[in-house]
Amino acid sequence: MGGTSVCRVSVIATESLSKRYPRVTALDRLTVDIGPGVTGLVGANGAGKSTLIKILLGLAPASEGSAAVLGKDTAREGAAIREQVGYMPEHDCLPPDVSATEFVVHMARMSGLPSTAARERTADTLRHVGLYEERYRPMGGYSTGMKQRVKLAQALVHDPKLVLLDEPTNGLDPAGRDEMLGLIRRVHTDFGISVLVTSHLLGELERTSDHIVVIDGGKLLKSQSTRSFTQTTTTLLIEVTDSDAHPDGADALRTALTAAGVTPVAEPDSTPGAARLVVVEADEERVYDTVRDTVADLGLGMVRMEQRRHRIAEVFQENRTEAAS
Amino acid sequence: MSTPTPTPTPSPTPQTATARIHNIGYRHYDGPRLGIPYARLSLFTHSLRGAYGLGRSARSKILPFALAAIMAVPALVMVAVAVTVGMNSLPIGYTEYALFMQPIIGLYLALAGPQLVSLDQRYHTLPLYFSRPLEHADYVRAKAAALAAALFVFTAVPVVLLYIGALLAKLSPADETLGFGKGLLFSAVFSVLHAAIVLLIASLTPRRGFGVAAIIGALTVPYFAVTSVQFVVAEQGSGSLDSVGWLAMLSPGSLLDGFQGALLGGTTEFPHQYAPSGAMGAGYLAVIAGVTAVCYVLLLRRYRKAGL
Repeated sequence: MGGTSVCRVSVIATESLSKRYPRVTALDRLTVDIGPGVTGLVGANGAGKSTLIKILLGLAPASEGSAAVLGKDTAREGAAIREQVGYMPEHDCLPPDVSATEFVVHMARMSGLPSTAARERTADTLRHVGLYEERYRPMGGYSTGMKQRVKLAQALVHDPKLVLLDEPTNGLDPAGRDEMLGLIRRVHTDFGISVLVTSHLLGELERTSDHIVVIDGGKLLKSQSTRSFTQTTTTLLIEVTDSDAHPDGADALRTALTAAGVTPVAEPDSTPGAARLVVVEADEERVYDTVRDTVADLGLGMVRMEQRRHRIAEVFQENRTEAAS
Repeated sequence: MSTPTPTPTPSPTPQTATARIHNIGYRHYDGPRLGIPYARLSLFTHSLRGAYGLGRSARSKILPFALAAIMAVPALVMVAVAVTVGMNSLPIGYTEYALFMQPIIGLYLALAGPQLVSLDQRYHTLPLYFSRPLEHADYVRAKAAALAAALFVFTAVPVVLLYIGALLAKLSPADETLGFGKGLLFSAVFSVLHAAIVLLIASLTPRRGFGVAAIIGALTVPYFAVTSVQFVVAEQGSGSLDSVGWLAMLSPGSLLDGFQGALLGGTTEFPHQYAPSGAMGAGYLAVIAGVTAVCYVLLLRRYRKAGL
């Protein structure tokens, strides 16, 4: 990268990039410019995410247009790009009879790191992704969460400038998903590595990404910063514990709040756990006090109280209806 | 982006496991990146070790080393006999030993071939290789070289034992050294041809079992077919036995047998101990080179679209 410019440097830039297979068009004149930070690439299955990654790694030629990664042309400088980019595939890619340490060391050497450096970096990276004693055991016995961590570690072990993560939360339970998303966030904030993360779930990227690119049918639907997608609203989310006196704490709180003059609104979200959330419109300061006092009076424990942000999904849906009309 | 917390000084007496400090900040790597040739060499050594189960579980070391040991036993027995009895030549030629032990070599290849390439396909590890600077051709080159080297070690060790034995038995050093050199040369040719064929077969299936069966089949069926036809032709044919020599080109085992018989001064297992001419030997060498090249090109094609 030409390091002198202080203004926004593009990490990934595509210019009317198209990829046509005999029967389908995977990418259709896609023009995006992605800067440093965490970028979410959102699209349904078959939207062209994987094809884009292949082209960015210089492994598939574009039918038309061009792409550059870290300022290098994907058509001519594939090997140079792959030296500075890490890739975490969507599917399982770990041999079961090898330990995480041996595997990641091997992958580090495949990226050109000398043996000693490969060992040091492997120990560091596995620790950073949260794998400790179990790294000496064969990977066949790992949980999905641990396997995902090893996959992330092998993408980071050579200290790339950019990592491409293909559906890293696939197959994880909600807790594992949150941990992985937190880890991805840290890859940028703590490690200073830019991230392109794909998902077909809009919701999970909104907390993690600085920038969201939405593609559909190989076409660019939207590219903008997450902040503009998800400004804070006046909606307040409250989660409380249950107690012996109130076996359903959320319900008891709703009733009590209604009595106190703050009417909870129905939670439209169909995500699991929505029943445990109490949602109120906090348009006035006193609502916060009322909520606090009501919870205290009921003797419930407050798990969280947070301002709700706009969901990208809402923006996305708006955008689709606009596009359709 | 920098380390968020200064690392506290560890207490002079580390008492418990919980006293460890995990939060050391991320460190960037600014050391050398050695590029494709180094990666290729690393893949070669890794695969060569893998062909003997090194760097894998203890269980995967048993078979390769057991087979290597079996491979050496007849050589040791022959050496022992030659030394004690005081023969004036070894009971077997240096170039004939690998041919004599073909079933064991076949088993080893059926084990090592799929180990080197099928597993990368079965566990989808290929995308991880190809998302790195390594090109597809580098992968093929490293794997083929690794299998050839593994097989060379496998076949050359007994030849070395024979040579040491011959020297201990005080056989003519000049003759034995020449024979030993030819033996090593033969091991090399044997290894290159077999590595190319076996790797191609193994690369066609991610299933290890299929690979094992297909490799054993490809090495034995044509060999037995060729040998039987050779004997039928030799019994019925009148006059020249040249058709026996031509037939030998149709299986890897008989091809190599003919090659060492014609060019390296060995004795063939062909009917009536038919000795192919030098011209026939050149033909064998051409076929060996051709088959190796075709297998290699097919391997490159097989991997051209692989990965991701």
